[in-house]
Amino acid sequence: MTAPFLSIRNLGVTFTGGTRPVRAVNDVSLDIAEGEAVALIGESGSGKSVTMRAVMRLNPEKRSKLDGQILVGGRDVMGMNARQLSAFRGGEAAMIFQEPLLALDPVYTLGDQIVESIRRHETISREDARARALDLFDRVRIPSAKSRLDNYPHEMSGGMRQRAMIALALACRPKLLLADEPTTALDATVQIQVLLLLRELQRDLGLSILFVTHDIGAAIEVADRIAVMYAGQIVEQASARDLIRSPRHPYTLGLLKSRAHDAMVKGVKLDAIPGAPPDLANLPAGCPFAPRCTLADAGCRNQPIAIQDIAPGHLARCRRLDKTALQNAG
Amino acid sequence: MLGYSLRRIIYTAPVLFGVSVVCFALVHISPGDPLISILPADASVELQDRLRVLYGFDRSYPEQFILWLGRALQGDLGTSIATGRPVTTEVMRAVGNTLMLASVATVIGFVLGCFFGFVAGYFSNSPLDKAASAAAVFGVSVPHYWLGMVLVIIFSAQLGWLPAAGAGPGGSSQWKFDLEHLSYMVLPAITMSVIPMGIIARTVRALVAEILAQEFVIGLRARGLSEFGVFMHVVKNAAPTALAVMGVQLGYLLGGSILIETVFSWPGTGMLLNSAIFQRDLPLLQGTILVLALFFVVLNLVVDIMQSALDPRIKR
Repeated sequence: MTAPFLSIRNLGVTFTGGTRPVRAVNDVSLDIAEGEAVALIGESGSGKSVTMRAVMRLNPEKRSKLDGQILVGGRDVMGMNARQLSAFRGGEAAMIFQEPLLALDPVYTLGDQIVESIRRHETISREDARARALDLFDRVRIPSAKSRLDNYPHEMSGGMRQRAMIALALACRPKLLLADEPTTALDATVQIQVLLLLRELQRDLGLSILFVTHDIGAAIEVADRIAVMYAGQIVEQASARDLIRSPRHPYTLGLLKSRAHDAMVKGVKLDAIPGAPPDLANLPAGCPFAPRCTLADAGCRNQPIAIQDIAPGHLARCRRLDKTALQNAG
Repeated sequence: MLGYSLRRIIYTAPVLFGVSVVCFALVHISPGDPLISILPADASVELQDRLRVLYGFDRSYPEQFILWLGRALQGDLGTSIATGRPVTTEVMRAVGNTLMLASVATVIGFVLGCFFGFVAGYFSNSPLDKAASAAAVFGVSVPHYWLGMVLVIIFSAQLGWLPAAGAGPGGSSQWKFDLEHLSYMVLPAITMSVIPMGIIARTVRALVAEILAQEFVIGLRARGLSEFGVFMHVVKNAAPTALAVMGVQLGYLLGGSILIETVFSWPGTGMLLNSAIFQRDLPLLQGTILVLALFFVVLNLVVDIMQSALDPRIKR
């Protein structure tokens, strides 16, 4: 295997703004190869967005502390100075957000925002930049692209806005696309269109994508590999197919069981994981999932659990994998 | 844009009519006979009646109003009872002086207010914010006539650097652009600027803090914009509201500076109003209030149109 394009090693993020430090991300390691799409799934507060923002160092600098290592294309993101960082953001790596209405500046037209972004990274005339913005709008299939460039964000529909946001992210031909729940705020029919568009762009442009979502269906649609996060840790990662067919971590098992599926009949109760995620300011010493886990024993609660290889490319952070293997078989 | 402006201009017509009714009524509701100030104490009833007819005070209120409005539309606001000069001339000269003072004060207040506001908003909850916010609260709450007197005591009486009162040497009320006239403006302008400074600082602080908390700021950083680039976006987002507040403040200063103009004997509308009230000079009072109200309405109109030009979210 060649060196991964994005390599996250033992990433930790601690928020220090409150009365007690909050360990939002803990010992996260993740690789994304060139042209590969990886989905990071987990519930709200599991640290998936924080992990993604850490890749661009977008978490508030004064109130958060990063440790570990992040390499993008071999360059150390943690060590970048302000100038290098601003060339990296939007240049080599770009981000799309969950709610484009909130993530776009409301008082600039979309054309102006794209032109501004291009001219920030390249020496290029306003006209040429605008021509490229027009190409991008065509590329993400915004109808009557020319007049849409002069729209303000609030003048567009939700799906159109997300397409415009994708166009903006692609403006400087990034190699890494960070997508923070890009379909969560959209209608179901528009969601699938945007997912297909992302997939298509990834193939055509050879993008590496880190895709954060809490929608397992969306993750399967887009991603080659899936990593599951719980309480700031990656608890399991595998190829999308392996993760769905043979999940090994009890949390992943619970997640997959709690999905609504075709075989459901009216009146049947949806399986849910009992309990609630732990307080990130007061994490347990052992496995953070242990209090909710039916398989947990005393050994699970005492010490941190290391992540281990199960099969090639399949990792899980659990001591009771023997038991989960049985569950899977049955 | 043009359609919006036109509609907005047409909407001001009923407002202006309302303003003129209130101006006229206000003066007639207030107690006291307007003729008392010019009649000798022992004037005969006959003389009183003749003057009353001459000034038109014998007619019914609606009749007086229509006559007054008709003349006002032609630019004739009547004759001052106290001085015998046309009200229009008196008011216009005073408005010129006040406009000059209020504009300078608003510009000073706006610049300082924006500075304090941006600093406080950008570094919210830091000692810098505390200091800037304290300056803003001081500006809003200090009694400005008191501040005016303190400034006069320090810079005129003690240090002797600046003149204490008037708009020019030898009590001249005609404004000229030279260093000597400017020196007369310094103290009243600074005193007056303290109010808009405080209000604009507080508004801008709240605006900036609110804008910086929005997600699009992270979006801008994610595009690789420098801190200065982000700052320019914040400015454009804050501008419509900040300018609107500034416009309204200028309107208040045009009419609401009675105390400051009296403290500094500045020959503007405030002083004119002051003397008109004390001399029960009805035509002068009506005329001054009407002109000030007109300025206020026009100013609001300009602010509205400007705001809609700057903020695309305001429906045109």
